[in-house]
Amino acid sequence: MIGLQHYLVVSAILFVMGVFGIFLNRKNVIIILMAIELILLSVNINLVAFSAYLGDLVGQVFAMFVLTVAAGEAAIGLAILVIYFRGRGTIAVDDINRMKG
Amino acid sequence: MIQTIAFYLFAALVVASGTLTILARNPVHSVLWLILAFFNAAGLMILVGAEFIAMLLVIVYVGAVAVLFLFVVMMLDIDFAELRAGFAQYLPFGILLVLVLAAEMIFAIGAWKAGGIDMGSRIAPTPSEVPNIEAIGTLIYTRYLYIFEGAGLILLVALVGAIVLTHRTRGGVKAQNVTAQNMRRPEDAIRNVKPAVGQGVEL
Repeated sequence: MIGLQHYLVVSAILFVMGVFGIFLNRKNVIIILMAIELILLSVNINLVAFSAYLGDLVGQVFAMFVLTVAAGEAAIGLAILVIYFRGRGTIAVDDINRMKG
Repeated sequence: MIQTIAFYLFAALVVASGTLTILARNPVHSVLWLILAFFNAAGLMILVGAEFIAMLLVIVYVGAVAVLFLFVVMMLDIDFAELRAGFAQYLPFGILLVLVLAAEMIFAIGAWKAGGIDMGSRIAPTPSEVPNIEAIGTLIYTRYLYIFEGAGLILLVALVGAIVLTHRTRGGVKAQNVTAQNMRRPEDAIRNVKPAVGQGVEL
């Protein structure tokens, strides 16, 4: 069987790729949301790997809750994106701080 | 043996498609790479025996979240080339940051190999005789019932919130006013007239 470390390394690389995606595409909020999904996916892989290797099911239950929150976050994030686009005609988020007040 | 090959296949594909998700020029391609990443992550989870989470990943992420992303990307009329400005500017520092972060995490994982994890007690030991889905179902409907209900509540709030945020009332739409219809009495609507011969009726 594959060692736990292998799973942790895959998860770490995926996490870092998510961070990299947020860093690179800091104007395009759609890609930023997808990068957040990647980060949450890596967290899920971590939880499931530990759950399997420690013989404790709680990790999988909590992976399910992480998945729930990720789905809700994607829905709300995209809804905010749609109304932002309606108001401004662009989704460039680097000037979103003009929305003060 | 076949497990090792499958693991390396899934791991390589999940990392590659994750990378292409953030590097793809076209956001539609990004979403498609994200879908591939989710599929391969589900494969990784099946390899360790977490079938339920793997199926949930395919159903929820691929079936709902990725399709939602696809809808939004295709619905909004966005100039994506303009949004990529500054990509090359952030690249060198980003690569540096990412390398440092990855090295830190992988060193930590390697260092941790020195000692095993000795858990005093497991909260829910993986049962060997019942399938994974049954075991998780038993767990979430007993010990984690309230958290499970809370997760459902989060989804409800997200659903209502998304509708409230994006809903808009359009002007100039002819709609039925049920109250006004029900409030209308015959006296308001009917008029008895007795026109003289040769005269018309004024409406």
